Amino acid sequence: MATRTFWQGVRDGTPFILVIVPFGAVFGVVATEAGLNLAETMGFSILVIAGAAQFVAVQMMVDQAPVLIVLAASLAVNLRMAMYSASLAPHLGALPWWKRGVIAYFLVDQAYAASILKYEQQPRATLHQKFAYFMGVITPVCPLWYASTWVGAVLGTAVPAGLPIDFAVPITFLALIVPMLRSAAHVVAAFVSILGVLVFAFLPFNTGLLVAALLAMAAGAEVERRMNKARAQ
Amino acid sequence: MSFTTFQIWTVILALGLGSFLLRLSFLGLIGSRSLPEWVLRHLRYTAVAVMPGMITPMILFPAATEGAFDTVRLGAALATIAISLWTRSAVLTIFGGAAVLFALHFIIG
Repeated sequence: MATRTFWQGVRDGTPFILVIVPFGAVFGVVATEAGLNLAETMGFSILVIAGAAQFVAVQMMVDQAPVLIVLAASLAVNLRMAMYSASLAPHLGALPWWKRGVIAYFLVDQAYAASILKYEQQPRATLHQKFAYFMGVITPVCPLWYASTWVGAVLGTAVPAGLPIDFAVPITFLALIVPMLRSAAHVVAAFVSILGVLVFAFLPFNTGLLVAALLAMAAGAEVERRMNKARAQ
Repeated sequence: MSFTTFQIWTVILALGLGSFLLRLSFLGLIGSRSLPEWVLRHLRYTAVAVMPGMITPMILFPAATEGAFDTVRLGAALATIAISLWTRSAVLTIFGGAAVLFALHFIIG
């Protein structure tokens, strides 16, 4: 059973290749042009394995920011990962510690989004199936992240300039978010998230997203609570 | 850049370790302990609370156009939402959205 779930994960993770390959290659090019050598560029993609934070870190290094500021800004971009971790804990928390460590290392946006959608659609899946599915999703994603970074760093830009490849990122996330909007509470949360990020756009280091996300979670939970109360009466 | 090799590796290792600890945080600490219902109720909305906010600036103020509003990208985003509601398939939505994006790029871009 777990093998079949693994391959389901592989299949569901495969479309992310459209995002990962151009994104990884662009990081390889940008990091090399910023003056990082191949080992340093690969060090980012293998040890940090978080595209947005890697771009922020390299950009701030180019801007000559102090090391501590570079770290603060790029870690702030990754704070959302702690929210993913909390959200997955009820599903995967019972795994042995080393498997939780493996999940934590590979916990990228795409793996989180695909897995949480699956876990919510199939709440009766076993712990092993949930782990197998997550590992399936990252199988086409993470190795290609390393490989495309390497290709970008070694070959330089092969993607014709002017193509809107940056937009592969929102398209893949839209494909995952829309099926999540199952109830009025989910729609309200998404709406507060969008509004919040625009209102708090002035906050530094991407922290506006965090404020927006916390407000959106509270809004979703409150709508759910009121709907349950109304139903009970 | 004028960063030394030591400084570059400090950033890589500290950012790598920090990102790993953020990802491990709740998974590692909570483990299999059960959480109170009100916490679980909030956590159910994590994905729809983070991801729409994360992509909104990419749609409205793309970095590739230096923040200028772009009809091609907004059109592709709206088409992607429509395809998702219509097909209910993530794979079809991603390929359909990419097809609309490139079609709009070559027609009006």
